[in-house]
Amino acid sequence: MVEGQVYPLLRWIVLLPLFAAAVHGVSLGWLRQPLSRTATIALSCGAPILSFVLAFVSLIRLATLPPDARFLTDTLFTWIGAGSFSADAAFLFDPLSAVMTLVVTGVGSLIHVYSVGYMDDDHRDDRGFQRFFCFLNLFLFSMLALVLGDNLLLMFLGWEGVGLCSYLLIGFWYADRWNAYAGSKAFIVNRIGDVGFLIGIFLLFWALAGVDAATVNFRELAVALPQIADQTVTLPSWLGGASWKLTTLIGICFFLGAVGKSAQIPLYVWLPDAMAGPTPVSALIHAATMVTAGVYMVCRMSFLYAEAPGASALIAWTGLATAVLAAAIAIAQTDIKKVLAYSTVSQLGFMFVAAGCGAYSAAIFHVVTHAFFKALLFLGSGAVILAMHHEQDTDKMGGLRQLIPWTHRWFAIGVLAIAGFPGMSGFFSKDEILLSAWLAHGVPGHRALYAIALVTAGVTAFYMFRLHFRTFLGESRVAPELRARVHEPNRWILAPLAVLGVLSVVGGWIGPSAALNPIPGVDPAQSNSLANFLAPSLASTHHEVAFATERWLAALAVAVAGAGALLAAWLYLWRPGLPARLREAIAPVHRLVANKLYVDEAYDALFVRPLVVVSENVLYRGVDAGLIDRVAVNGSANLVRGLASGVLRHFQSGLAQGYLVVMLIGTILVAFMVMG
Amino acid sequence: MLVEKAVALSAILFVLGTLGALTRRNLIVILMSIELMLNAVNLALVAFSRQWGDLAGHVFVLMVIVVAAAEVAVGLGIVIALFRNRESVNVEDSSLLKW
Amino acid sequence: MIDFLFYLFAALAVAGALGMLLNTRNAVAGALSLVGTMVSLGAIYVLLEAYLIGVLQILIYAGAIVVLFLFVVMLLNLRQDEFSPERLRFTKILGVVIGAFVGVELLLLLPAALGPPAVIPPEFGGYRMVGTALFTDWVLAFEVTSLLLLAAMVGAVILAKRRID
Repeated sequence: MVEGQVYPLLRWIVLLPLFAAAVHGVSLGWLRQPLSRTATIALSCGAPILSFVLAFVSLIRLATLPPDARFLTDTLFTWIGAGSFSADAAFLFDPLSAVMTLVVTGVGSLIHVYSVGYMDDDHRDDRGFQRFFCFLNLFLFSMLALVLGDNLLLMFLGWEGVGLCSYLLIGFWYADRWNAYAGSKAFIVNRIGDVGFLIGIFLLFWALAGVDAATVNFRELAVALPQIADQTVTLPSWLGGASWKLTTLIGICFFLGAVGKSAQIPLYVWLPDAMAGPTPVSALIHAATMVTAGVYMVCRMSFLYAEAPGASALIAWTGLATAVLAAAIAIAQTDIKKVLAYSTVSQLGFMFVAAGCGAYSAAIFHVVTHAFFKALLFLGSGAVILAMHHEQDTDKMGGLRQLIPWTHRWFAIGVLAIAGFPGMSGFFSKDEILLSAWLAHGVPGHRALYAIALVTAGVTAFYMFRLHFRTFLGESRVAPELRARVHEPNRWILAPLAVLGVLSVVGGWIGPSAALNPIPGVDPAQSNSLANFLAPSLASTHHEVAFATERWLAALAVAVAGAGALLAAWLYLWRPGLPARLREAIAPVHRLVANKLYVDEAYDALFVRPLVVVSENVLYRGVDAGLIDRVAVNGSANLVRGLASGVLRHFQSGLAQGYLVVMLIGTILVAFMVMG
Repeated sequence: MLVEKAVALSAILFVLGTLGALTRRNLIVILMSIELMLNAVNLALVAFSRQWGDLAGHVFVLMVIVVAAAEVAVGLGIVIALFRNRESVNVEDSSLLKW
Repeated sequence: MIDFLFYLFAALAVAGALGMLLNTRNAVAGALSLVGTMVSLGAIYVLLEAYLIGVLQILIYAGAIVVLFLFVVMLLNLRQDEFSPERLRFTKILGVVIGAFVGVELLLLLPAALGPPAVIPPEFGGYRMVGTALFTDWVLAFEVTSLLLLAAMVGAVILAKRRID
């Protein structure tokens, strides 16, 4: 196996945010002496920025290496060592993790800066400016451990860590109980997926142990996997008795983890409720970074999924179903953040469509561009919320364009990007995805996959433009007394918006395919640079396609998106009364969709209620209070009491002759024993 | 021959003494039964001392007699003290040392 | 001749014991029965050539200890009081049964060989030989018993003393 170059700088990328979080922890938790505002900002924004710089430097170093040995490693210590097996606390910086690291630290730094402006406005009792940054830094550390870990166990550590930080940050304003509930919901649903992740790790390890190649290290896994690529598993008869490929089974297990973390069907329900957290949290965790961990994980394990066509098909169709469902729900939502939340779920579905179709680099490409424009959209919505003094309902907005012009401009750029306006980042990445669906011969029904995805892209454009129009354009529905207080947010907030806006426009130029390359006359082999860059890390699935086909497909996508935008404009700009009449016309359907298809209620009835009932009556009353308390604890005590008061008491009657008899018996026994 | 008979007598007397100590309720009679038991033991000791020709048995008997005497003295003193407090020498009337 | 004497005194001893045990009405009569037992035992000691012991038995047991019993009986002026119903009846029956069982066992164990008695010097059991043994081989036991007597004396005095009111 090729040995990578050892690069000690890598550890600081991960450890700097941890150090910042630790300082905050010591200061708040142990010394009970908060840091000054300046110190907090310097520490907590400095760490991610430094990490980003280090990541960039590492990238430059990475680029100088030849493609087949293009990775840097750094080992801290041996974490688990058992015989010939070892899992180290070690980092791997190959093209895939390089891209993810740059996105995480880059967008992360911007959001940290934004949070300075956002959280400052917070005047609630449980605000905790420093506490927020402590958690944000801790999150960054966990996410970086996740993407930079060189083995499954370290990745899982980071996986759990980001889950924990998500819980902490969603329920940040804990004084309101519902925020705490939302945090718990996120954590619990995540954990359900994590079971699958763990089982996947175990299965993989066990299977490899069978051929004497047990490891959890990614590079070693990639090398060892072909040895078990042909093994099959026969299901027991009560599950159908079918024979499945082992890799497919493992792939499904890992995907379960991704379903939880990246909010796919059926475990997406936590993401919309997670909007209870502060907007920077929604931007960072639930748009740009944490939710993409599932996509990263599938791509990191691409060598596995390349050998598991069944699992890949499942991923693709699950992603599509999620994309469709979320887009449908988003159409009828009126809260800014909820629309963006469902949009995130939908876009994540797109990423999984790409991954399922074998185009892992396309999925990562969309991760990158989605990070740019979704963070931009969330931060922009945060600016709107701040300007509206924490009003989030778009029914009470409208015509904000005159009042907060810069926010409106940057938000508009985000909307154009996500809709796929030609030349912007979203256009390129979405086209890659649709192309991969069109070419995915390994996935059954892939043409239908493409068609539905195309329509969904149109729906995406529709609801994003709807959101934009209802918020910023048209008649103002803002309450009159509020209108005077609406003003542009401060520069801590606007600066990150600007940076992200620019990135949303040019960010796609790192990886357009040769057919769509905006710069004419460039050698085709030089373009598609992101895919080429990522190739050493990912399993390769290469399809030949004519440039003309690509261009036609791209044009079709633009047309569909444009149609969606125009429909939104017609309904919300030019015929403002029409949506209300339409809503009445299809009232039952609208109610169904506006209430998120009652999925939460269904889960509640199907799973939560029975579980609570069982827990309360069977486990608590029956087992705990009844069996353990009453039978075992009280019962044994009562038994002793009964024995003592019923039987043993009579030996101590206080009457001398009773004692005499006992002595007599004892003496005789001893005499007999002595005599033999 | 004589020795065996003496030992048999000793056994009988001992059993009688035990029965008396267990059955009678008058404290003084119980003490007398205990004296009877001690005498039975003395007899056995003397018999065996005769059998093996060892004077240790005689010395032991002397000790037992001394102990018996001391015990009777103190025991009867207790009976008197008990009688003063309870007006009764029924052993079943003094049963406070129970659970 | 010796055998006949032995059986006579044995019968007297057992009779005296039974007299003491079975007599529920008259405590004095019971004590006097015990005297009969003590004296018979003294005679048996003499038959067993334990002369000093035999004499001391009569002197101390019959002459001092039983007299002490009689003192207390007469001091307490016991009547044949009505005693409350007997308690621990089952336990006592159990004890009686066990006692009888042990007695029978002991008797059955006896015929197992004891062999002929040892040859002893003619002064065996006399004051000279017992005294010598007591003051040479067993002098420690002798000294300890004197301490025991001291303790008993102190105890008896304290117990019998009237409170100084």
